[in-house]
Amino acid sequence: MIDNRTKETLQKIPLLTEKAGPRDEGWEKRLKEEYAALIKYVKLNKDTDSSWFSIQSNKQGTKWFGKCWYIHNLLKYEFGVEFDIPVTYPVTAPEIQIPELDGKTPKMYKGGKICQTVHFNPLWSRNVPHFGIAHSLALGLAPWLAAEIPVLAEKGLVRAKENDV
Amino acid sequence: MTTQHEDDLVSLKNLVQELKLKLSKYENVETHKQRSKIEEMSSEVTDDNPYSRLMALKRMGIVENYERIKDYSVAIVGIGGVGSVTAEMLTRCGIGKLLLYDFDTVSMANMNRLFFTPDQAGMSKVDASYKTLTNINPDVEFECYQYNITTMDHFDPFLQSLSNGGKAPKKPVDLVLSCVDNFEARMSVNQACNELDIKWMESGVSEDAVSGHIQFMIPGRTACYQCAPPLIVASGVKQIKREGVCAASLPTTMGITAGLLAQNVLKYLLNFGSVGYYVGYSALTDFFPTMVVKPNPHCSNRWCMVRQEQHKDNPLSLQNTNCNVDDEEPASHADNEWGIEVVSSVQEEDDEEIARNRLQELGEGIDYAFMRSDELKPSIDTNNVVEVDGNIDELMRQLNEM
Repeated sequence: MIDNRTKETLQKIPLLTEKAGPRDEGWEKRLKEEYAALIKYVKLNKDTDSSWFSIQSNKQGTKWFGKCWYIHNLLKYEFGVEFDIPVTYPVTAPEIQIPELDGKTPKMYKGGKICQTVHFNPLWSRNVPHFGIAHSLALGLAPWLAAEIPVLAEKGLVRAKENDV
Repeated sequence: MTTQHEDDLVSLKNLVQELKLKLSKYENVETHKQRSKIEEMSSEVTDDNPYSRLMALKRMGIVENYERIKDYSVAIVGIGGVGSVTAEMLTRCGIGKLLLYDFDTVSMANMNRLFFTPDQAGMSKVDASYKTLTNINPDVEFECYQYNITTMDHFDPFLQSLSNGGKAPKKPVDLVLSCVDNFEARMSVNQACNELDIKWMESGVSEDAVSGHIQFMIPGRTACYQCAPPLIVASGVKQIKREGVCAASLPTTMGITAGLLAQNVLKYLLNFGSVGYYVGYSALTDFFPTMVVKPNPHCSNRWCMVRQEQHKDNPLSLQNTNCNVDDEEPASHADNEWGIEVVSSVQEEDDEEIARNRLQELGEGIDYAFMRSDELKPSIDTNNVVEVDGNIDELMRQLNEM
């Protein structure tokens, strides 16, 4: 049910324990856990020279924005990424958006929300409240980029960042 | 001026006259055909009475007091393939008030569904709906909200609008209809209705477009949307994972689902027939499974538990599911016929065994969309728990500097 690669990724990211969303009292504690987990994951990526995103949030931790990138045929494709923490978080996962890819692939909902219905949301639901933003990026966004970017690149719908890699 | 020029001038003048005449016809359509408001619904059978066929429901002995529909206010969240058609049906039925919520705009990709027209592409769905619906029936009162209810910025305004959206001032809406296409928005509607103690109906169409369902939720008395994983109609065919498309849709399945939903609204509000608690529709097999879902006594939604405590002396009867949900006798049968208690001690069971048990406790042809975290062997290393060091500002700075 969970493949080895997913398992491997999971081991890199610490699990969260505070079940609180942005409307709950425990949100500050949860937000700290989110940041601590992200810091650990980003550090691990840096140490293994496999960084693939940078992310930050507003003061309340309810809006997140940053960049993600994907290497295909030695070329680097980079995109702006953003998402809101839904009011029902962490029962529901964040809906990750790449607005600049809106309309370029059918595996996306309007506004550039990546389609996570099949590959990630059921996994998230089974692991409430232990998954957080780091998991969402690693197991929701990363596989989506891996599946979509090569196709979009072949079709000429996305352009590689110049003078890079 | 030469004769040629004079001729040209005359023919141009004629053309202008002709076009003016044509245009005035269209202007007449816009201005004169719109009917004026009607204060009292009349049973009189005349060609110009839009309510005569509805009021005939009284004469037929189906509805006791049809006029009451004017006293009710219904909120519709999601004005897409199901929501827009439901809104049109309720508008034509003369509902008192509709609150419409959708952040999206009309696009050409919506044209395989009913209601919206190509000339509305680019308009917000709520504005386009308002224009069409108010033209169909100016007696209906509308409130339109173009925002995403799942975000922090809009959830409180959403709660406010539901609390004050009734037909009478400062009263809540009578019913909320969820016609959205995603889990996050359904959970937000569930949260709002549990908090505000407002009854709601969930609706949905499967991603493969060949099944649909509606579900009536009464906070504390039926299962809430978080009591169990979402219920779906088992499609009867082996699920094929298709590449390339996120969701298919058919105007037929969506229209049928909207019809089931609007019908259930009418039955509940006007007190006729029996209200459906869960009605599924399988297009491939022409099968309509039904069931009643009891609340989960261990629901993880705090407000669901509050409502369950409030209504513990007034449980929903599973035998008599007639429309008078408010004055029902307490259930005489306490058997857990359709209940969805948490499966105990599942540690040794594998997923398939859980799935088999599921089929026994759910109605025929109904299944869960996925399994819940508390039913599964931990798939994760629970020792790998995050350690938090420092305050939030430091953590934010630390991540930014990486």
